[in-house]
Amino acid sequence: MSLLRVSDLRLGIGETPILKGIDLSVDAGRILGVIGESGSGKSMTALSIMHLLPTGTRPTGSIRLDGQELLDKHDRDMCTIRGKDIGMVFQEPMTALDPLKTIGAQVAETILVHGGTSQRAALAEADRVLGRVGLPADLFPRDRYPHELSGGQRQRVVIAMAIAMGPKLLIADEPTTALDVTTQATILDLLRRLVDEDGMGLIFITHDLAVVAGLADDIAVMRQGEVVESGPTGKVFRTLAHPYSRALFEASSHVPVRDPSLPGGEPVLVVDQLVRDYRIPPRRLFGPAGTFRAVDSISFRIERGENVGLVGESGSGKSTLARAIMALEPAQGGSIAIDGEAHDAKEGASLATRRKLQVVFQDPYGSFDPRQRVDTLVTEPFHLLGREAPQGDERKRRIATALENVGLTAADAEKYIHEFSGGQRQRIAIARALIIEPSLIILDEAVSALDVSIRAQILDLLAELSDRLGISYLFISHDLSVVRSITDRVLVMKNGKIVEQGPTDEVFRNPQHPYTRELIAATPNLERALATRA
Amino acid sequence: MSSYLAGRVASLILSLLVASIVIFVILEVLPGDPAQFILGMNARPDTLAALRTQLGLDGPAFMRYFGWVLGMLHGDFGLSYTYRVPVSELIVQRIGVSLPLAVYALALTLLIAFPAGLLAAARRNSASDISVMGVTQLGVALPNFWFAIILVWVFAVTLHWFGAGGFPGWDKGFWFGIRALTLPAIALALPQASILARVMRSALLDTLEEDYIRTARAKGLTRAQTLWRHAVRNALIPVLTIIGLQFAFLLAGGIIIENVFTLPGLGRLIFQGITQRDLIVVKSVVMLLVFAVIFVNFLVDLSYLAVDPRLRRR
Repeated sequence: MSLLRVSDLRLGIGETPILKGIDLSVDAGRILGVIGESGSGKSMTALSIMHLLPTGTRPTGSIRLDGQELLDKHDRDMCTIRGKDIGMVFQEPMTALDPLKTIGAQVAETILVHGGTSQRAALAEADRVLGRVGLPADLFPRDRYPHELSGGQRQRVVIAMAIAMGPKLLIADEPTTALDVTTQATILDLLRRLVDEDGMGLIFITHDLAVVAGLADDIAVMRQGEVVESGPTGKVFRTLAHPYSRALFEASSHVPVRDPSLPGGEPVLVVDQLVRDYRIPPRRLFGPAGTFRAVDSISFRIERGENVGLVGESGSGKSTLARAIMALEPAQGGSIAIDGEAHDAKEGASLATRRKLQVVFQDPYGSFDPRQRVDTLVTEPFHLLGREAPQGDERKRRIATALENVGLTAADAEKYIHEFSGGQRQRIAIARALIIEPSLIILDEAVSALDVSIRAQILDLLAELSDRLGISYLFISHDLSVVRSITDRVLVMKNGKIVEQGPTDEVFRNPQHPYTRELIAATPNLERALATRA
Repeated sequence: MSSYLAGRVASLILSLLVASIVIFVILEVLPGDPAQFILGMNARPDTLAALRTQLGLDGPAFMRYFGWVLGMLHGDFGLSYTYRVPVSELIVQRIGVSLPLAVYALALTLLIAFPAGLLAAARRNSASDISVMGVTQLGVALPNFWFAIILVWVFAVTLHWFGAGGFPGWDKGFWFGIRALTLPAIALALPQASILARVMRSALLDTLEEDYIRTARAKGLTRAQTLWRHAVRNALIPVLTIIGLQFAFLLAGGIIIENVFTLPGLGRLIFQGITQRDLIVVKSVVMLLVFAVIFVNFLVDLSYLAVDPRLRRR
């Protein structure tokens, strides 16, 4: 008998069906990977099991844990099951912990709420569990608060809270998506170890095929509220019976077709010995203010039409470097020149320079004013042209060209941003960057928030635009596989320094710096995972 | 923590300094000559000049400013032009009414607002939530002197439970004083409680949307446990800010209520000072109230430290 059996689970919110008859099962000591894109219903399935759906929604069907039906249980009874028989780990470790309580108290709370122990015993047990998840008491005192820990450490605390009562089932919903690759690798190892040691079942929800390929024993592929394919991981990847599974597989290892030849001429961007210091508050009262060197003597150049990748973990200085190039913040040393014109040390960049540089950000939902029409949004960079900004028919023509360049239509100019999907919004963000015909576009995690199939389309679009219009990209990402697929050259950044740079293929095939090697080894790799499995 | 504290103290001192200059300059440029007011329209010019010297109204402005500030630092607020007694004496008498009234009203505010806000947030969109929202909407909209009149009519005129106004003084006994302040305190508290209950409700509802609330539920806490153990403390920061502003308002803004109930408080002292051109009283009492407001906000800033461990690190 399976530990957890979900059968014919159905859920609707209003008139919209969210889950259309889900069947899943998890055995003790095994990991079920649930893969799907946004809107596939994978999180809703997890929340249905936990009875933590938004109020007013009620699923039908059957969810049996150890033969016991959960679906018709009252919330009062579920409170004795949640945290005790089923633990759950969420995506966002930065916000998953109460900021006002110590980590020890928060883990002990799971134990206390299920009763039977004293405060002291619960704290002692919390101490042991935190040790088990890799937070030993001598390095991480139990009176630490969440803000004193990094993202990966916080996720360990969340895992400790979830496993403190030794649950039969653990549900992890995108637990590593918000983490750096090396941290992700250690959290995945931890989860695997806990499953092996405790013999619990694990449902691991993710959008990342490479992660499940390496971790899960069984997988279920979900799309639009249905499980389209499921079975043992090796078998599913070998056959890829369902067309959607195949499409997903192809999209996640998609490499856009590119023309590697460069038009030549003056480099688009020259960064020379750039230094960026931040002031940090003094440690003591009236003590001297300290400085933190976020970018430490960095030099590189980008040729016309060249795509350069910038990889590194959070805190490595990638975004600071990008902001300095955009002249949003002054540099403390060195120089930056765009199309041969250097930023002024005091004034920053001139309007003429700023015209040659545009940026596309990560979040396609947050980076637009919801009350402005698309034509207003995409013409925002025109303020850089001053009096030369196109008016009337010329303006309309430029809007139409920009939208058509990114695969939308001129008629879309009349619409508002909420009428578009995430992928379409990112196209509009690219149109906004293109409309002023820049030489260089900074893509700051521009495809990280997109589903794999949409991401493949946007990568194709970016490759095509670069080849056709001769635009250069500075492609900032923590996702090494994406960087590998679209860039000519790659810079690896760590602690404010570039530790390695070179042609992308060469760096990936034969990394020289230990840090680069570590990054590449930690990156989940679909082919490698499947090869070890076979 | 020390740099946070140092910042708060520096801001406290700077605010007081700026406030004292603004108050001094405004009263300086205001029309109306206290000496003329005291002596009447027919006074002889040389008598007026002599009185001005006696009141310290001549001499360069910045000297008088420093004299005023230094005096206040020693507790010397000068002599009232009209009563001819030290202003500090007047203030001490009046604070004996205004401060207890403000504390009393604040206590009532908290007593009403906390349960109402908690109830409304815990049972969102239920009948209790809708009634709390409806009643507090009225409470915010209606002016407090209107409440005061209704209270007097019901509890003083009809039921004779309380007096309709006046203050017997604390020397008559603690309970006599409290009794005289009860209706004014209720009238002051009702609008404030309405505001605070709504702030409490929305702060709690925001907090209940947070990820860590879902985490707490996933650990097996009931809705009520989640509310008490995680939501309330996290919702407290915006609530504390409002409480600070309200206390300052209750201390300084009781002027209308003090008039309705004929209470000898600070508000009435300022009011009389203004009508009688007793500028030295106005200047000193306004400065005192500004000090109270700024100091209460300083205390609120300190209370954030107690609530939020993230501030203690700075």
